[in-house]
Amino acid sequence: MKKIIQIILVLTIVGIISGASLVLVYNYTSPLILINQKKITEEAIYKVFPDGTTYKKIEKTKEDIFLVEDKTGKKLGYAFIAEGNGYQGKIDIMVGIKPDLKTLTGIEVLESQETPGLGQEITTNDFENQFINLQVSPEINYVRGKKPSKPNEIQAITGATISSKSVVSIINNGVKNLKEAVK
Amino acid sequence: MIRDFTRGIWRENPIFVQVLGMCPTLAVTTKGIFGLSMGLATLFVLICSSVAVSLIRKIVPNQVRMAVFTVIIATFVTMADYFLKAKFPPISKALGPYVPLIVVNCIILGRQEAFASKNNVARSFLDALGMGVGFSLSLIILGSVREFFAYGTIFDVTILGKWYEHWVIMGLPPGAFITLGILIGLFNWVNKKITGRRQKLKSGCEKCSNCAS
Repeated sequence: MKKIIQIILVLTIVGIISGASLVLVYNYTSPLILINQKKITEEAIYKVFPDGTTYKKIEKTKEDIFLVEDKTGKKLGYAFIAEGNGYQGKIDIMVGIKPDLKTLTGIEVLESQETPGLGQEITTNDFENQFINLQVSPEINYVRGKKPSKPNEIQAITGATISSKSVVSIINNGVKNLKEAVK
Repeated sequence: MIRDFTRGIWRENPIFVQVLGMCPTLAVTTKGIFGLSMGLATLFVLICSSVAVSLIRKIVPNQVRMAVFTVIIATFVTMADYFLKAKFPPISKALGPYVPLIVVNCIILGRQEAFASKNNVARSFLDALGMGVGFSLSLIILGSVREFFAYGTIFDVTILGKWYEHWVIMGLPPGAFITLGILIGLFNWVNKKITGRRQKLKSGCEKCSNCAS
């Protein structure tokens, strides 16, 4: 009997102390974690809209869509996070698009787990910069092994066609969803 | 006392001798900096849990010791995870699920069961420090070697210039196995040389067969 009481007491006390100390650490770190996440989103928005100075979230939609304006209050366009599957895992991309919903202003890959040295090249500026001023109507296409000739084409990365293709289709889907959301 | 510390670094090195905690070892050591951060996170958890377990070792009933150890370890791991997320988000992102997975790292539970639950606080602290430092050093070596071959850099400092064709496989899972295998072999070879010489000094050449001469 004495043993059982000791077991219950020790387990309870260890549990309470652990729980209490976790609450303390959580209260201290959770605001910092939120700030970090906001900072990542913010940096990505200003990367796809270099002239942007303010942004606000459009509340009506369930996806995260941000309306970006420059310092004179002129509407620059929308920034939104498009997500989908890549070659190895999920890819999250911040996409910027002009208010007419026809021309991209740029993209920034937020998260990806592609093959290092091959698919992961989608996160480099060389690849991302191809999307600046790219036409999205009717939709983005990719070409392999040659320079893009049409205003809605990008060149896929050699050896990483699937990753490049995924980025293109994630953005195409995202643009489609956006059109419905802000209509 | 001093042996409690050095044991983890060399004679019972958790990676090269005990071959424990392989999954973070193989998965996160794509770059030196990730090895270092993983090592430090594990070191923190190991020291805190060893001290805590050693402090309460006399009041914990034998039947529930595993449950108590696990709760203590999980608490410190969660703390380390929150802390990395709050202060070092890029590192936290790179290590991904391997920080929360320290909970099931057998080095930590192993040291609680084998050492901290039987020894006083000071010795448990030294033991944890030694094991943690040994683990960290091994991860740093592994990470640096892989980073050097895969990207031509060590701790993001360029060693080989632009001409270096990245040896991609070293940054991928097979590279981890290849490097670990070679390092363990090297470690054992050096170890054998040392023990061989020691025995030779102790007993003269007649009784020892460790070297050819």
